Amino acid sequence: MHERTIAELAHGLRAGEFSAVEVAETFLRRIEALDGRLNSFITVTAERALEQARAADERLRRGGGGPLTGVPIAHKDIFCTDGVRTSCASRMLDSFVAPYDATVVERLRDAGAVMLGKTNMDEFAMGSSNETSYYGPVRNPWDTERVPGGSSGGSAAAVAARLVPGATGTDTGGSIRQPAALCGITGLKPTYGRVSRWGMIAFASSLDQGGPMARTAEDVALLLGAMAGFDPRDSTSVDRPVPDYASELARPLRGLRVGLPREYFGEGLEAGVREAVEAAVRVLESEGAEVREITLPTTPLAVPAYYVVAPAEASSNLARYDGVRYGYRCENPRDLEDLYMRTRGEGFGDEVKRRILVGTYTLSAGYYDAYYLKAQKVRRLIRDDFMRAFEEVDVIAGPTSPTTAFRLGERLDDPVTMYLSDVYTIAANLAGLPALSLPVGFAGGLPVGMQLIGRHFEEGRLLNVAHQYQLATDWHRAAPPGFE
Amino acid sequence: MSLGPDEVRRIAWLARVAIREEDIPDYARNLSRILDLVGQMNAADTEGVEPLAHPLELPQRMRPDEVTESDQRERFQAIAPLVERGLYLVPKVIE
Repeated sequence: MHERTIAELAHGLRAGEFSAVEVAETFLRRIEALDGRLNSFITVTAERALEQARAADERLRRGGGGPLTGVPIAHKDIFCTDGVRTSCASRMLDSFVAPYDATVVERLRDAGAVMLGKTNMDEFAMGSSNETSYYGPVRNPWDTERVPGGSSGGSAAAVAARLVPGATGTDTGGSIRQPAALCGITGLKPTYGRVSRWGMIAFASSLDQGGPMARTAEDVALLLGAMAGFDPRDSTSVDRPVPDYASELARPLRGLRVGLPREYFGEGLEAGVREAVEAAVRVLESEGAEVREITLPTTPLAVPAYYVVAPAEASSNLARYDGVRYGYRCENPRDLEDLYMRTRGEGFGDEVKRRILVGTYTLSAGYYDAYYLKAQKVRRLIRDDFMRAFEEVDVIAGPTSPTTAFRLGERLDDPVTMYLSDVYTIAANLAGLPALSLPVGFAGGLPVGMQLIGRHFEEGRLLNVAHQYQLATDWHRAAPPGFE
Repeated sequence: MSLGPDEVRRIAWLARVAIREEDIPDYARNLSRILDLVGQMNAADTEGVEPLAHPLELPQRMRPDEVTESDQRERFQAIAPLVERGLYLVPKVIE
């Protein structure tokens, strides 16, 4: 049962081969038996899941239900869930029970999905290894001495280990794609504005975007179809119809123009990762795609510009955690200033504090032009690079991450090396473009991901290319030893 | 770009984040490294480039000025650290 994809589970449920309760029980048992090795869940909502599964069975019996009715999923613990703790993996929100559902949670529930629980992540989504979580690191199912990537590391590890067939993630600088690559699954960051941010705890509001993670492009398409769409409650949500992503999957790749950015294959890229990605590009070619080299000259400035924009927006967004209305409060504050200072000093972990301080510094009097304004200008150069490239090609392909999964602790004391884990993923966020990572093989026994970047709102094209690749290959079927 | 301990203390105060005295050197070192990374931006010639604030360059949507939220005061106060008679409590600010 647990080997089935979302599409297969949905089909079996509609055909009456098994019930939603049986499916939910199967995955809940796996979580109970196996997650001790991974720590991919912060909260498991077994009772609620069985209740939702019973309701799904009732709908299925009456011949109703949507494309996801009875399909189990997990939510990254950054999405607010009414009546369920929503911690953002921070001590600050350890006791926070959200008083409402995020739009993404509401939409997936309305589509019939059954929530099994909330997944672990880097604290406030700040990290590339899932080691900054207040609840401890998540381990990579392919090698439990290694990180799953981050910040959506819990969702990626849980999907790879077949503890759940699909999960939500969020991606501010690579937080869906990098863990998807390191765990060997498929993950999509949609166009900025495609998926509502309402009820998704804010990190950097001009970059944050929620998206789906699953084993196959077909499953990602099914989840995205339920998650995407206009939401009046999110002022940056874009009012555009949602295409039928599943119907776009079958399109042949003949004539597809694929661009390989020279800058994504240079120094710092591990040989094994390069070989796997180059082999994957040859598969696209054999399917009829035309491949050419392109250039994105501003690439080396993406990480520097990001580490101005993201911390600046974070320092402003995280000002709300003041120990007054919800969340953590320090013991015995002397006065109001002491209440603020110690609540925030004790409630946030080191990486979150570092980013708040960087953002506060770059936004402080006299520094705005040199940092934030400069970064926004660089941001335009990065966007212009892509716009030029997309006049020549339909899709850009390259490695998702320069390395495979690294060892726990290896980069924890060195924030700048950790930041460079996202060297290929950050630019898509700065430009607001959709981008997807899919498994394309192994290097040293660890999964390698290929990233596909598309034009604004062309998620369907990316899913189509990934699906055609997955029809021709088997990498997405590989299961981590011990989690088959 | 190198930040000293006094600058770290000043930024931490601006951000209202208490940093333990023994952690200040680590913060100074790491923040300096991050600002060095950020400083690589200066290699770009951005003369005459318009700043990009929104990736799709769409204007902020306006909405009608209407009440859309229902009153959930009880629920919201139930998750507050300290309330009394419907009021959020903080240490005394006026003598």
